[in-house]
Amino acid sequence: MKIRSFFNLRDFGAGIWERSNRLQRVGIALISIFLVGLLPFAGASFLATPIASYDAVLVYPVGIFVLMALGLNIVVGKSGMLDLGYVAFFAIGAYTMALMGTLTSLNTWEIMPFGIAFAMLAGVLLGLPTLRLRGDYLAIVTLGFGEIVRLIALNSTWTKGPNGIANIPMPPDIGPLKFKLDDQKVFFWVVVVMILLTIWMIRRLSIRRPGRAWEAIRQDEDAAELMGVPTLKYKIWSFTLGAAIGGAAGVLYASKNLFIAPEMFTLNVSILILSCVVFGGIGNIWGVVVGATILGYLPDRIRFISDARLLVFGLVLVVVMNFRPDGLLPRKKREKAIVKREVSA
Amino acid sequence: MFVVLIDQFWSLTIAGLALGFIYVLISLGYTMVYGVLRMINFANSEIFMWGTFGTVITNRDLYNYTQTSEPATGWKLALVLITALLMSMFIAGLTAVFVEFVAYRRLRMKGTNRLATLISAIGISIVLQEVMRLLTDSRPVGSPRVLEKIILAEVWGANLRLDTIITIIAAAVIFFILERFIKLSRMGKAIRAVSQNEDAAKLMGVNLNRVITTTFLVGGLATGAAAFFYTTVFEYTKFNIGFTMGLAAFTAAVLGGIGNIRGAFYGGISLGLLEVYASAVLGTQWKAVTVFVVLVLVLLFKPNGLFGEAVQQTRA
Repeated sequence: MKIRSFFNLRDFGAGIWERSNRLQRVGIALISIFLVGLLPFAGASFLATPIASYDAVLVYPVGIFVLMALGLNIVVGKSGMLDLGYVAFFAIGAYTMALMGTLTSLNTWEIMPFGIAFAMLAGVLLGLPTLRLRGDYLAIVTLGFGEIVRLIALNSTWTKGPNGIANIPMPPDIGPLKFKLDDQKVFFWVVVVMILLTIWMIRRLSIRRPGRAWEAIRQDEDAAELMGVPTLKYKIWSFTLGAAIGGAAGVLYASKNLFIAPEMFTLNVSILILSCVVFGGIGNIWGVVVGATILGYLPDRIRFISDARLLVFGLVLVVVMNFRPDGLLPRKKREKAIVKREVSA
Repeated sequence: MFVVLIDQFWSLTIAGLALGFIYVLISLGYTMVYGVLRMINFANSEIFMWGTFGTVITNRDLYNYTQTSEPATGWKLALVLITALLMSMFIAGLTAVFVEFVAYRRLRMKGTNRLATLISAIGISIVLQEVMRLLTDSRPVGSPRVLEKIILAEVWGANLRLDTIITIIAAAVIFFILERFIKLSRMGKAIRAVSQNEDAAKLMGVNLNRVITTTFLVGGLATGAAAFFYTTVFEYTKFNIGFTMGLAAFTAAVLGGIGNIRGAFYGGISLGLLEVYASAVLGTQWKAVTVFVVLVLVLLFKPNGLFGEAVQQTRA
């Protein structure tokens, strides 16, 4: 075998999981969730981010990036459609929160369904005509859509144009857990819960009919169509589910940031989220989580080289892509691990 | 609303043409790379941005023009303009080859998935942009006025300004030369062969690496020329101007049918005119929205772009 077979974190992790029984799996999951939940308390260690508040960094960019990358992964990773306008759904969610939060008396949790619904609606409206296009054409249309949403927000009076919307209400307290600006642990836990729900949803869908349909579409769309898979329907579903997660992330972001402006929703966000997906390992949930965590966290961690941090970020992208083109934790390895185990058993 | 359009039709048209020709040259950079690699060259916008600094360096440092000095005239003017043009083309061409070498080559040799290459190109464009940002302290850089913007003549109420006229004529000439190069030269033939069928071209003894590097180089040269015209007309550059121009030029390439050279020409011109007319009728802020809406409509009804199919055979 080649050099890389000496230790493989992906196979190692998958191996442990495959060998565990149900009780052990629940245990592993609970312990991991507990450890992740403790993350905000680790601010004093080497994890600390200079200048930016550590709690805040964990919520945005890290948490929100993970959430959005998981959503985009349904579109790009599962069904193989290149979407460069993902920020549009994030923006729609955020503006729904901002407008409804300032104009009505609804709170964040009541607005959340609206934000998700509007993002999904936009997903269907964009998806119906455009999802017949493929590859790069789809990429440029979605890119255009992302820009259109931003420009409408920038140029309309009801969105307050370039000034943005301020005084967005914070989420109401959940029992003893209070949302505060200077201490964002509760926000982080909320994001973690949303991420877990998303992962659960994706895992359930992946092993059922939609997951199989997406996989077939990704590998060969024409063959899938010929085998009777209603490709357009499942593509729109994948697009809409991705949009829903983007919308949910947007609602939370607006409610956390208390202020939003069109300049927060540029093409760069779409590209960054796509980078998270590809960097971590496209199509693999854990890879995407790792990728988004690293890319969200890295720029704030290396703030001590303040001015050159984006430069380093770009270099990391180039180097990692050149040496690990399938991402840090690629999806194929897992299948390999299962095969290996079956052979040895 | 439309009164403005009718009143100023000819001056708008000339402005649109000048902008259009700049787009044509940048979209050549996109379209040529797409032709051979079937891949969007995301770094092309930064190649353009680096090109604009070629003109600035020539005017400011090589010929010592300042913001207050007298504009050049006569032969001196021609000399300065041509040096600046060559310098911009040189820098942009070099940057393009560098991008191919760093971001594309290794991944292409490995034959990996397209998304990895895309991200790698995005990475290198972040690097290029950040290096320039650090070099210029995030500040806009003015390009000293070398060319006085004299009004040459007035036709149907439209002012023919020297810089717009030079842009239109010179850009058309450069486009023509490049098109002939692709059509007639041995290398051009190889480039077309690779874009039609990579494997067959390889079997016929085409040196793939050299063809691809040349494609990046030619695309970079065209983009560099566009950068020169842009800087001459707008007399200003910044580390982040690449994005808007690149996005528009890319739209132009898709509009015309990406991967074919004449498509870039028609796409660039139509986009330039469309942008100018749309900003006159709807206001500048809706310019980009109009462009994207038209793009989406075109892609829906003619997914290969406006001129995609008719010139399929001559794609480069």
